Amino acid sequence: MTTETLARTTPEEAAIEDLIACPHCDALYLAQMPAKGGRAVCSHCHTVLIAPRTKAGKKMIALTLTVMILVVAALFFPFLDINAGGIGNSTSILDAASSFRSGYMVFLSFLVAAAIIFVPLLRTVLILYVLIPVVRDRPALPHARRAFRLSQELKPWAMAEVFAIGCAVALVKVQDLAHIGFGPAFWMFSALVILVLINDNFLCTWSVWKSLELEND
Amino acid sequence: MVCMEITRAGKRLTARDAGLVACRRCARVWPMGQARCGRCGSHLESRDTKSLQKVWAWWIAGVIAYIPANLYPMLKTNTLVSHTENTIIGGAVELAHHGSFGVAAIILIASVLIPVGKFLAIAFLAISARRGSTVPPRTRTHMFEIVEFIGRWSMIDVFVVAILSSLVQLSVVASIQPGPAAMTFALSVICTMLSAQAFDPRLIWDAVRRQQPRKTS
Ligand SMILES: [Zn+2]
Ligand SMILES: [Zn+2]
Ligand SMILES: [Zn+2]
Repeated sequence: MTTETLARTTPEEAAIEDLIACPHCDALYLAQMPAKGGRAVCSHCHTVLIAPRTKAGKKMIALTLTVMILVVAALFFPFLDINAGGIGNSTSILDAASSFRSGYMVFLSFLVAAAIIFVPLLRTVLILYVLIPVVRDRPALPHARRAFRLSQELKPWAMAEVFAIGCAVALVKVQDLAHIGFGPAFWMFSALVILVLINDNFLCTWSVWKSLELEND
Repeated sequence: MVCMEITRAGKRLTARDAGLVACRRCARVWPMGQARCGRCGSHLESRDTKSLQKVWAWWIAGVIAYIPANLYPMLKTNTLVSHTENTIIGGAVELAHHGSFGVAAIILIASVLIPVGKFLAIAFLAISARRGSTVPPRTRTHMFEIVEFIGRWSMIDVFVVAILSSLVQLSVVASIQPGPAAMTFALSVICTMLSAQAFDPRLIWDAVRRQQPRKTS
């Protein structure tokens, strides 16, 4: 490690708003913005603390908008179709989400719908709401911090990309039972998954919090 | 690139050592005793003392739900000639028997290896946070990060069931219905995700600091 090159300071010398604590091991640092593309890493546990990207905000907004358009479009187009012995059936993402109909299984339908549609869409809206003013150098919109916190809390529950792998597995499972065709929504959903994965790596949450802190709402 | 270290008398400090409380969501620090983060609104606690209780409560619920998930059928398939009910492992064996070894492996990894691995990893983290361990704290922090990241991927099999039950509805030719295991398996995944989220990884480092008091690196 490059410990010997580190400057040191005491907590009394530093202003409290300039300090940053590692969320995984509680080590205390004086926050310094690394160069664009660089990263500040906790020297104890190697957790990434700060990772700013060039034009991150604008890229993020463009990606997030595309995600929203794709999710909405994927809902209204046929997703997969099946044909066996002259009988056919096609299904949309909403059909898949509401396939647990009997009794207590309805709960599972709500869960699947939330994980693959509502939570990803809600996160998209929240992130746009927070980032658009930040990127345009405007004051943050009311409750921007609450919106950003909610978007971060929901992150593990947005499972669009897991659903996409599930589609691939489902296709193999029925291959000897029937002929399967891909609807337009399937390709939209595949594009969406790639975007979601890129998207999550773009956002440096600490930088966003820092810019929201300057606002007094 | 590392942020400037905070020291007192040559010793590296944690937020708690410096009389500060860190926000686990946005990494901002506040004077000890403050209840809510003034930046993101999260609840502040220097150490989540109930953390391990919550971890074990969700862990037990997750393990209990995982048992019926393996005993009851996940899928019920009706074709002109047969009626089959497949458990998670039965479904994977069936796939392998048809030559789809890759997909059988995905199912086994997502539905057996990952859940069981997570149960073991969380139990180990919770026990070693209290009793200490010869496994270095950095390795255990990485273990925690992996457990947090990987949890959602166990939902694959639930989504497969959702897709198949909505797609394969071809009257008498073939139809697929979800089995009760889909429900308990989803519950097990959710409980395990909540168990991992309840764990406060700073406890790992506290135990180490207690074992080797005031040793600086
Ligand atoms: Zn750390
Ligand atoms: Zn905070
Ligand atoms: Zn067979």
